[in-house]
Amino acid sequence: MTQPVLELSGIRKSYGNHVAVETVDLSLDPEEFVTFLGPSGSGKTTTLMMVAGLQQPDAGTIRLGGAPIEGQPPYRRDIGMVFQHYALFPHMSVRKNVAFPLEMRGVAKAEIMRQVGEALELVGLGDYGHRLPRELSGGQQQRVALARAMVYRPALLLMDEPLGALDKKLREQMQREIKRVSRERRISVLYVTHDQEEALTMSDRIAVFNRGRIEQIGTPSELYERPATRFVADFLGDTNFFPGTVIGCAGETCHVEVLGRPVEAMATVPVAAGTAVVVAVRPERIRLVPAADGLPGRLVEVIYLGAARRSVIRLADGADYFALQPAGEATGPAPDTPVALAWDRRHATVFTR
Amino acid sequence: MSGDGMGLWRRLRGLVCTLVALYLIAPLAIVVIISFSAASFLQFPPPGLSLRWYVNLFDDPGWTNSLTVSVQVLVPSATLATLLGTAAALALVRGRIPGAQFVGALLMLPIIVPAIITAAALFGVYRGLGLNGTLTGLIIGHVVITVPYVVATVGSGLRTMDPRLEDAASTLGAPPLATFRRVTLPLLLPAILSGLLFAAVASFDELIVSLFVSTARVRPVAVQMWSNVRGDVDPTIAAIASLCFAFAFLALLAEGMLRRRTGTEGP
Repeated sequence: MTQPVLELSGIRKSYGNHVAVETVDLSLDPEEFVTFLGPSGSGKTTTLMMVAGLQQPDAGTIRLGGAPIEGQPPYRRDIGMVFQHYALFPHMSVRKNVAFPLEMRGVAKAEIMRQVGEALELVGLGDYGHRLPRELSGGQQQRVALARAMVYRPALLLMDEPLGALDKKLREQMQREIKRVSRERRISVLYVTHDQEEALTMSDRIAVFNRGRIEQIGTPSELYERPATRFVADFLGDTNFFPGTVIGCAGETCHVEVLGRPVEAMATVPVAAGTAVVVAVRPERIRLVPAADGLPGRLVEVIYLGAARRSVIRLADGADYFALQPAGEATGPAPDTPVALAWDRRHATVFTR
Repeated sequence: MSGDGMGLWRRLRGLVCTLVALYLIAPLAIVVIISFSAASFLQFPPPGLSLRWYVNLFDDPGWTNSLTVSVQVLVPSATLATLLGTAAALALVRGRIPGAQFVGALLMLPIIVPAIITAAALFGVYRGLGLNGTLTGLIIGHVVITVPYVVATVGSGLRTMDPRLEDAASTLGAPPLATFRRVTLPLLLPAILSGLLFAAVASFDELIVSLFVSTARVRPVAVQMWSNVRGDVDPTIAAIASLCFAFAFLALLAEGMLRRRTGTEGP
């Protein structure tokens, strides 16, 4: 078993009465890309700042390459950090900015020249060395920040919502760029974002933060297909939540009464009969079937999304639920006709209410 | 209709601005004009033009001595005030000092309380130390008076500077001193120079503290002017006043250019 690059155990941080990070445990493997995903104020940035050494944890240990670092100032930790608004030094040229960490490490001049040139090449800014940061576009400034944070080959790269200030198209381009660069340099990355799409596309694993805790950590597909909590199911992607009552469970499979009809779903933890629950099903896992074969409702409208169609179905409780079909499939029932909803039980999860 | 109203309003505003500007500048303009007067008395408009009062100014040892004293006080006091004020601003804005606001308010006091209180207090303290009538006494007094200008200018410069830049330097491996030297200081330099200029002008113009702690032998320009206007008034006073004005004006112009370059605020 390899030594994890970073281990957090029992990290806690509060400001006065406000608990920013309640308890965080995490282990990051070499070359792994882990994303902290969560709403603002969920503790993800605070956790990152504690890893960087810019905030001090109240309790817990942080180990980098096996050695505890929580007492060390940021400049003694071998960590690279890319800030939300880049934090490039405005009075230094691009080249000077990237050379800064090498100069601080006492690297010889010729070697600095070589490594800076290499790092700027890596982010595609080989010809921009003499410009000042303010003469660059947002995306270019981001690349400089990236080059500066990894030119000294730190063990770990931290990124705090690095693409927040960029428009969508540029953001997608930069996402690929960051992935490529981190792979080429074989560097471990801790990445903070509140953008779930970004988290899903970039990460080896995602840690979903909520109220100062990690709700769930796993691969994007684990989190998406088997969310451990209702919060994760709700935060990551679209989900239908059907209210119901548990009839009984056999192993992981539960029978739940939803709007007077029995349905099947999976429970990650044992649930007693009679418990009020919700059954979570992704829109793309819902099938529209003849009225007798599922939860009966009424097709309210069909929304054309280009690559897919979204059907809006109103059930007996008066609430609207969604089903998503790929555009290629045959057109289903017409709007304003009775339909029923069905799903495979492996794609439905029970959460207590 | 509304366009006419706007036009009227604009004309009115222009008129008011011109009047206020005239009101502010007229006395200065008159002093400058009189300084080039050929007459032997303060007289406006002057009967003719000459440079005799400027010549007189630099011939009269009373004036040249006081100019020397002013410079001897200004240079060390503005330098000291800049060093101390910058250090204080750094501690107040970046340091985590309990009661920083209270300390900051205390530091600003010398330009808030009537100068005569500071002056009388210094006079009292100096009597015990034998500092009255010495250059050292004047320098210390001027530092007290001018530090607030530096604290205000550098403090506002620091507040407009992104603290993330210092964090970034730290994560990149720069210890605090290197961060200060390579990042904070270069970015703060315009604000520091601007504070230095304000301190220099304030020291040059300072009268009340100087009046209390100076003597006939060690007497800065402001005090010399004060005693001059109370005694035999001739247009030499207008000449030195014009020079003071020119000095302050150039300093402010330089400060304005610094500020335009960096976007920091003056006090």
